Amino acid sequence: MRSSEITPKRLYVRRREFLKLGAGSALALSLPAFAKAKVEHGPKLAGVTANPKYALPEEKKNAFEDITTYNNFYELGTDKSDPSENAGKLQTRPWTVSVEGEVGKPRKWDIEEILKSFPIEERVYRLRCVEAWSMVIPWDGFPLADFLKKHDPTSRAKYVAFESAVQPQMPGVKGYAGIPFPYLEGLRIDEATHPLALLVVGLYGEALPNPDGAPIRLIVPWKYGFKSAKSIVRIKLQETQPQTTWNQYGGGVEYGFYANVNPEVDHPRWSQAKERRIGEFSRRKTLMFNGYPEVASLYAGMDLRKFY
Amino acid sequence: MKKALVPAAFAACCVPLLWLGIQLLTSNLGANPIEALLDGLGYVAFVLLALTLACTPAQILLGWKWPIRIRKLLGDFCFFYACLHLLTYTVIDQGFDLRAIAKDVLNHKFIFLGISTWLLLLPLAITSTQGWQRRLGFRRWKRLHRLVYLAGGLASFHFLLRFKTPRLETVAWIGVVCALLLVRVVEAARRRARVIESP
Repeated sequence: MRSSEITPKRLYVRRREFLKLGAGSALALSLPAFAKAKVEHGPKLAGVTANPKYALPEEKKNAFEDITTYNNFYELGTDKSDPSENAGKLQTRPWTVSVEGEVGKPRKWDIEEILKSFPIEERVYRLRCVEAWSMVIPWDGFPLADFLKKHDPTSRAKYVAFESAVQPQMPGVKGYAGIPFPYLEGLRIDEATHPLALLVVGLYGEALPNPDGAPIRLIVPWKYGFKSAKSIVRIKLQETQPQTTWNQYGGGVEYGFYANVNPEVDHPRWSQAKERRIGEFSRRKTLMFNGYPEVASLYAGMDLRKFY
Repeated sequence: MKKALVPAAFAACCVPLLWLGIQLLTSNLGANPIEALLDGLGYVAFVLLALTLACTPAQILLGWKWPIRIRKLLGDFCFFYACLHLLTYTVIDQGFDLRAIAKDVLNHKFIFLGISTWLLLLPLAITSTQGWQRRLGFRRWKRLHRLVYLAGGLASFHFLLRFKTPRLETVAWIGVVCALLLVRVVEAARRRARVIESP
């Protein structure tokens, strides 16, 4: 043993003090980190027009900072602040979206082509997370129905499956996140072609920030947030109901395939009757289908307690 | 040096509260400060519970006596943070909606485990004084305070259920609590064996 490895006597006699100091600072340091990284604004999107039908004038929009620093995006880490801190670990160019399966015209799109091919509109939607918090967000995008139509879905296209990107440098993908990757989501075809279902490429008129699922994501506002897959690389139309990440995980313990916002059906670990709007102090009542009653006809005759 | 131990430990236990308070007042708890406060307080209570459970193993394994001298303090602070955690949940998070809270407790084991842990800690905190030790008699007092092992177990599961997926950090903490309880089991078995060997 080298003499340099021996603890100096001066420190040795003070070891108790050190242990105390160590215990104290370990306690302080081990608190969850709330430090949030500022997310940079993306370039302005050209030709965005606000759709007055989905303006939600009665709701107060959440700030850019809240929308970009409080996210669930397990590929970038499991803490709410991880996606903004690790935003740089998502590479959004080059980016291709492959449309395949039960379609007459399968196609691999470059993201730039998508941005040029579809007129982008702004829609203000409520977003209700399964964790009982919510936001009001001005998304920029185009109806998923318009996008799917371009590929001539066949009569066997009963469902649409979405696959999110997996990139080797993503911290959540490298480590243990508790769920398998790629992240998989899915919709029934009539849900996917509902006018509310949106493919989103922007936020507040600017290119979608990375923590929110850049460069292209799904938004289905009447369902819990996790249904709205982020950073999509593959859209597959198919005859059978697709496997989804949270449905697979733990044998569907976390949530079912439909995951419609429903104040009557509890989450296994908490009630869904109320929610906290980010920026508000008291909880507010959660609305059926997140306040989008126009989707109710999609589920006519279905027991929503069973198909939750 | 010896005299400084208890005040130093007291100060260390106040640090998380001060830190959370400053973060709250300077709007540094992120987009959902109530959730952050709730999580932070629960986390500190759990860590203090683990530290309280670590005092006896530190004596058994390392021969340290000083942790025993701050065990009561750690336990009391654990209950203090657990109370703040519970108050944050009932008053701030749930807006004192007693019906909603009752439904949460009865229908969801995550909340049930949390409340149960607090209810277990309550009699221990009340009887943590020397006066109560005398009143109950040491043997009975000691038996009562074994409830802390159960509290450690319930708190672990409550912590685990906080997240959608079991997190490595949480699993590691549960491992720590299990190890701390195991040390006691092994020590008790060894003592019993010693008694049998040398009657």
